[in-house]
Amino acid sequence: MSALHPDLLTLLGILLAVLGAASAIGYVLQRRLSPDGSNPVIENLNDRIRAWWVMVILMALALIGGRTGATLLFALCSFAALREFVTLIDTRRADHWALAAAFFVVLPVQYYLIWIGWYGLYSIFIPVYAFLLMPIVAALRGDTDHYLIRIAEVQWALMICVFCVSHVPALLSLEIPGYEGRNVLLIAFLVIVVQSSDVLQYVWGKLFGRTKIAPKLSPSKTVEGLAGGALSATLIGVGLSWMTPFTPLQAGFLSLVIVVMGFFGGLVMSAIKRDRGVKDWGHLIAGHGGFIDRLDSVLFSAPIFFHLVRFWWSVT
Amino acid sequence: MGAKIFAALIVLLARFITAVRGRWEGVEPVDGHRIYFANHASHGDFILIWTVLPRRLRQRTRPVAGADYWLKGGLKSFIGRDVFNAVLIDRERENRTEDPVALMAAALDEGASLIVFPEGTRNTTEAPLLPFKSGLYHLAKARPDVDLVPVWIDNLNRVMPKGEIVPIPLICTVAFGAPLHVGAAESKEEFIARAEAAVLALSPRSAVS
Repeated sequence: MSALHPDLLTLLGILLAVLGAASAIGYVLQRRLSPDGSNPVIENLNDRIRAWWVMVILMALALIGGRTGATLLFALCSFAALREFVTLIDTRRADHWALAAAFFVVLPVQYYLIWIGWYGLYSIFIPVYAFLLMPIVAALRGDTDHYLIRIAEVQWALMICVFCVSHVPALLSLEIPGYEGRNVLLIAFLVIVVQSSDVLQYVWGKLFGRTKIAPKLSPSKTVEGLAGGALSATLIGVGLSWMTPFTPLQAGFLSLVIVVMGFFGGLVMSAIKRDRGVKDWGHLIAGHGGFIDRLDSVLFSAPIFFHLVRFWWSVT
Repeated sequence: MGAKIFAALIVLLARFITAVRGRWEGVEPVDGHRIYFANHASHGDFILIWTVLPRRLRQRTRPVAGADYWLKGGLKSFIGRDVFNAVLIDRERENRTEDPVALMAAALDEGASLIVFPEGTRNTTEAPLLPFKSGLYHLAKARPDVDLVPVWIDNLNRVMPKGEIVPIPLICTVAFGAPLHVGAAESKEEFIARAEAAVLALSPRSAVS
């Protein structure tokens, strides 16, 4: 492991300060408003802050661990997300081998390709090879009941949980002139913009939210929350341009794209939850529901962010 | 020592594959003299119950299993006897030498809690639950002070359907309901029906339909 870049240390310092402040505020609020643990909003807030600590520490370890650490962390994220996704779809005996292949062949291979940085293969491995192979495996078992739906569900699960997530560590394989050795900060940029947009949309929505965007899907999403959250998260992105290869204006534009894709990603994942009749994807993280509940906005923004940066900045 | 490490590995694997969580809905995970009775769809069933029990309870909780299956082969009997410390009973009524109820009662008297599967065999049908055997009733009669805790294990049958060798990672839950006791005037049929209903009531699917 090489010496840590000073920019990464600065960033970790900032995150530590922000989370420290959040924990302090959470503690004071709990003392004032919910000394016996009876106020659900405060308790949920504190659960979330604790979960944030875990996430930031894991992220920090992954970023310090460089390419291997980040690839491993996101491979585990994919595994947990896929486990939640497959739990909610209708699987049958006949899908057993196709699903086992998704978990134990497709997922490791995709992340191995990411790890060795073989762009030409990891960008098509799932949409071409896995998508053609899995229907074959399922067809060989001979059960044609709801065949198309079953195949489509498994393919979507792979696309969302493995393909999309894997584009986060894929950022490490980009070669941007003058930015060598700092690619982990692109991951930090993406994740911080997406997650602060989530938090800020929630806060703006709570404070000023009136007009619901999709009342059927997600009653907590409002136009005011989206606008306020998107703009303030974009500003955070601009403020982080010092650690990216982008100018402040470019960082702002990319942040806006990330935030908008993240918003719609959350909406799509809510639609799936509604379809399956559940409120959360799982129970892995206290205060946050499942893994996908926390990851949903990263899912949609990661591949888009990756390709925009690759097209305009990277030489590979 | 080897058995302890093996047990820890099995619990770790169970968590990795199923992210299993216990839902304590009518009873707390505290000390007590208990018989957990659950639906049975997979060989992994008692491993999941075991995994969600707090470590202290885990050490005193013994599964009850068919001797005909678990004494076959070296690895199986190592797992059954040494790792899980199973109470092995003979399922063949005709030529058995020891009464299963007496064996289970003896284990309870030694201070153990038990995990039993009153369906008697793994359920591979479409029905949510097979009819219970009467052993649970006789055991409840023999040890009336023991809490009979109904348990529903959800989703494990999808993780590893019968005949498959590779498990699919899926999220599983284990729900524990309020304990039952056999009533003084209750008949065998009434009690068995009540026990079946208590297990079924914990299934998420019974809440929907």
